[in-house]
Amino acid sequence: MAQIEIGKKILSTNDQVALQVREVLDQQGLFGLNLMGSPGAGKTSVILATVAALDGALKTAVIEGDIASRVDADKVAAAGVPVYQINTGGMCHLDAPMIQKALAHLDTSEADLLIIENVGNLVCPNAFLLGAHCRVLVASVPEGDDKPYKYPAMFQDTNAVVLNKIDLLPYIDFDLDAYRRLVLSLNPDAALFPVSCKTGEGIQEWADWLLETKAHE
Amino acid sequence: MHEMAVTQSILDIAIDHARQANTARITRINLVVGALSGVVDDAVQFYFDFLSQDTIAAQAQLVFDRRPATYRCRKCENTFHPEGFDWECPACGALDFEILSGREFEISSIEIE
Repeated sequence: MAQIEIGKKILSTNDQVALQVREVLDQQGLFGLNLMGSPGAGKTSVILATVAALDGALKTAVIEGDIASRVDADKVAAAGVPVYQINTGGMCHLDAPMIQKALAHLDTSEADLLIIENVGNLVCPNAFLLGAHCRVLVASVPEGDDKPYKYPAMFQDTNAVVLNKIDLLPYIDFDLDAYRRLVLSLNPDAALFPVSCKTGEGIQEWADWLLETKAHE
Repeated sequence: MHEMAVTQSILDIAIDHARQANTARITRINLVVGALSGVVDDAVQFYFDFLSQDTIAAQAQLVFDRRPATYRCRKCENTFHPEGFDWECPACGALDFEILSGREFEISSIEIE
């Protein structure tokens, strides 16, 4: 009988592939963004608003992740952005091997920015690194201001929170100051951007942060 | 959490190390599970019993070493173990902490014949 010391993290298989994805992105000069959030928070809307606000300052390519359908990829394609749709068929999050495969199907030769829209889910995507440089959480006002209490890991690990649908603040019980304090107490380094994809409010500040963040990478 | 995928990872790592040691049987797998890791022990055991059949890890004992969450208050430097979702610092009441430990999920060692 003998003991073998191992001391290895268990999600290491995905993490190793994520490192490979990151190398590929770095080789191509692509800044990768893992965009997460609940279903309907406005991830696709944020992508479209970001592309419009960047106005060519960064050329963008998109990988869409959904259980089924091309609904999101079609919207992105209609905006003239190169896009590849992953349909997981049941898996509730994207993982690094899926991104590796998707990159083989997407023309990123002209792109500076790769936005990966994860499956709508506030839980599982957080644990599966994709090899992106930056993690962004799209939250929204109708989801409520208590979500950081309920999904702490997601809020703790993100680089930025884009709080969408602020045009609905007059109609929904949402304490923006309390929310900001809560997010920053969980994650003092997180940048918080209250926006409305509908009216355009706040989008430029978010796009400027993205440009600055990429420049520092 | 995705206990089937993580259990398969546990099995793969354990078997890989056991094979390198040229052994025929794994008798025990020692896991470290942080309180904040989101891992459900029963689910891991359930999938392990199924996935380890016909492998050199079949019948191996899974040992879960549960570690508590440790937070450090950024206002007063006090370290504490949070109870559930009471995250306020017990010393000064501030809601401003960094996580020192609790997110771990590792395979620390295996025992073989």
